[in-house]
Amino acid sequence: MSFPWAHEYKPEHPLMQWMDEKLPLPRLVYNAVGSGYPVPRNLNYWWNFGFLALICLAIQIVSGIILAMHYAANGAVAFDSVEHIMRDVNWGWLMRYAHANGASAFFVVIYIHIFRGFFYGSYKAPREMVWLLGVVIFLLMMATAFMGYVLPWGQMSFWGAKVITGLFGAIPLVGEPLQQWLLGGFAPDNAALNRFFSLHYLLPFVIVGVVVLHIWALHIPGSSNPTGVEVKTESDTVPFYPYFIAKDGWAVGAFLLIYCAVLFFAPNMLGHPDNYIPANPMSTPAHIVPEWYFWPFYAILRAFTSDFFFIPAKLMGVLAMFSAILVWFFLPWLDRSPVRSGKYRPMFKWFYVILIIDALVLGYCGGAPAAEPFVMISQIAAIYYFAHFLIILPIVSAIERPEPLPFSITEAVLGQDDQAAPGAAA
Amino acid sequence: MIRILSILVGLFFTVALAWSFGNGAYTAITEPAPVTAEHEFHRLPKELHLASDGAFGRFDKQQLQRGFQVYKEVCSACHSLRLVAFRDLKQLGYNDDEVKAIAAGFNVPGIDPNTGETNTRPGLATDYFPKPFANDIAARAANNNAVPPDLSLMTKARHDGAAYIHSLLTGYQNQPAELLKHFPDAKTPQGLHYNPYFANLNLAMAPPLTSDGQVTYKDGTKSTVDQMATDVAAFLVWTAEPKLDKRKQTGWPVLGFLLFATILGYLAYRNIWADKKH
Repeated sequence: MSFPWAHEYKPEHPLMQWMDEKLPLPRLVYNAVGSGYPVPRNLNYWWNFGFLALICLAIQIVSGIILAMHYAANGAVAFDSVEHIMRDVNWGWLMRYAHANGASAFFVVIYIHIFRGFFYGSYKAPREMVWLLGVVIFLLMMATAFMGYVLPWGQMSFWGAKVITGLFGAIPLVGEPLQQWLLGGFAPDNAALNRFFSLHYLLPFVIVGVVVLHIWALHIPGSSNPTGVEVKTESDTVPFYPYFIAKDGWAVGAFLLIYCAVLFFAPNMLGHPDNYIPANPMSTPAHIVPEWYFWPFYAILRAFTSDFFFIPAKLMGVLAMFSAILVWFFLPWLDRSPVRSGKYRPMFKWFYVILIIDALVLGYCGGAPAAEPFVMISQIAAIYYFAHFLIILPIVSAIERPEPLPFSITEAVLGQDDQAAPGAAA
Repeated sequence: MIRILSILVGLFFTVALAWSFGNGAYTAITEPAPVTAEHEFHRLPKELHLASDGAFGRFDKQQLQRGFQVYKEVCSACHSLRLVAFRDLKQLGYNDDEVKAIAAGFNVPGIDPNTGETNTRPGLATDYFPKPFANDIAARAANNNAVPPDLSLMTKARHDGAAYIHSLLTGYQNQPAELLKHFPDAKTPQGLHYNPYFANLNLAMAPPLTSDGQVTYKDGTKSTVDQMATDVAAFLVWTAEPKLDKRKQTGWPVLGFLLFATILGYLAYRNIWADKKH
């Protein structure tokens, strides 16, 4: 579906006409990212991050496939095969650093993309499905990133795998057998490493599939926009090509500049030194921490230090950590405010700012040693995290008085809209 | 309905967290975490500047050669360098003949072509640095039950690696009287050596660089302990990442190209949007 004024694909060249009859692939592209897709004209730069996420996914798949040509998923040689890539494979160091920092870049981009959605109410009707698929992509990304971090088989790889799979051990009754089944043994070893490699190669293509669905679902209602007012007339939109291709294009350039600056000049900045020590099941690192993008959730996991009635602290932590993401699935129904954009929501706006600070505090505590005062700070921050989504949002959306919305996107941009005559359909 | 459920679930998590917080706060007040000697006396590495630092830094090959000499004459008695091959030493400025001569100076494990028995033979340029001990058990037996770690990646495997190596090598000292006064139990055990730059303060490795002039540098540089420690730290930066120079050399043209492309992209964007207010 698209708006009635969307340009129609009209191939001129006979070859393209022939192609359009047999397999209308150019038509699909034209309607997806070409002139056939009208987009609200008022999108700001926060709307570039979806496209950037796609670029990150492409970087990860290309660099990852090349790395897989030289990597060996065997506990005896995995660590050395990564060093072989760093030392002996032509441009191997570039591929490995591109991949490791590409994961970080992907998460930076995706977190901005998600928080864009939080603020502008991108999860609200009619785009619930876009949001739900997005959360699925995020979960798949986390699984992929976790398994990828295990592959170099350094100390943090091994102990990270041990801690994270150990979480399943907290499940009552089936926990321990489940953990052993997942690992293929009592502790992470060759069986685990091999299956993690297999899944780490598979999941990105599953992500590609869900991304296709995510974009498909987006194209049905069309993109949201900073005012949250739906598109009404042609003057509200511009065709994706050339307008947003040009805007996304230069944003990609700016993104690559930052990404390459880190890649070439500080490639180990976001990594942990312990992962340059080969995995050693007999020696536990002083502080086991996951990669930075898991820190907020790791802080929530560790915030539960006391048993709660009959529920052990560890199980509470695991429940809470998974719930911290699962709660996003319910967001479209928890936030009932009829106004989409946070711009026009005077109360929500402030809680949103607190949520950003809260997520940063959780992230900091998740990377810090599990000692006071970090545990107590993360407990307070985790309280706010759950309260924000499960208590504050439902209440705020019921009692808040939103500010007046512009009549249309055109009015918001130009200051007036000829359509906004008295009596015109709103 | 969903909102009532959501608030109940929210209360469940927040109350459980508040309970954990309360217990934690109570413990923190009634039984404050004990202050440890490690916490009080562990020191972060002293600042160290090497030629390879920074985006414009390049290896000082003269220094790498000196550092290699220190490794060869001092460290290699106990520490392996298993990820480095003799052929890699060409990057330090040695020519083919010099590399072959260096390799031949090491005995590497081999197999007798006539009998098939294991033996040792002089190293070739394609060989990797041999390990000083046959296995970890042999290493433990010879080193007071501690395994000397491989040094290939050491500067990347520690926070602020090069400075850490330099500080550790120059940081041996007597245990401060202050420490023994406050933590009498933390007295350095027999056979270990006090070093405030080591995580738990007591290190199995005896001070390896003990006197000025321990190594005689071929290039005439005065071999003070500090100089030797700095040189070997620089060498270990190279062993941990031999492609460091190439990485930085590649980085600048890449950034230059991207900057150019981004400016063009921005101008194209401005041009295309020129007549569209947004």
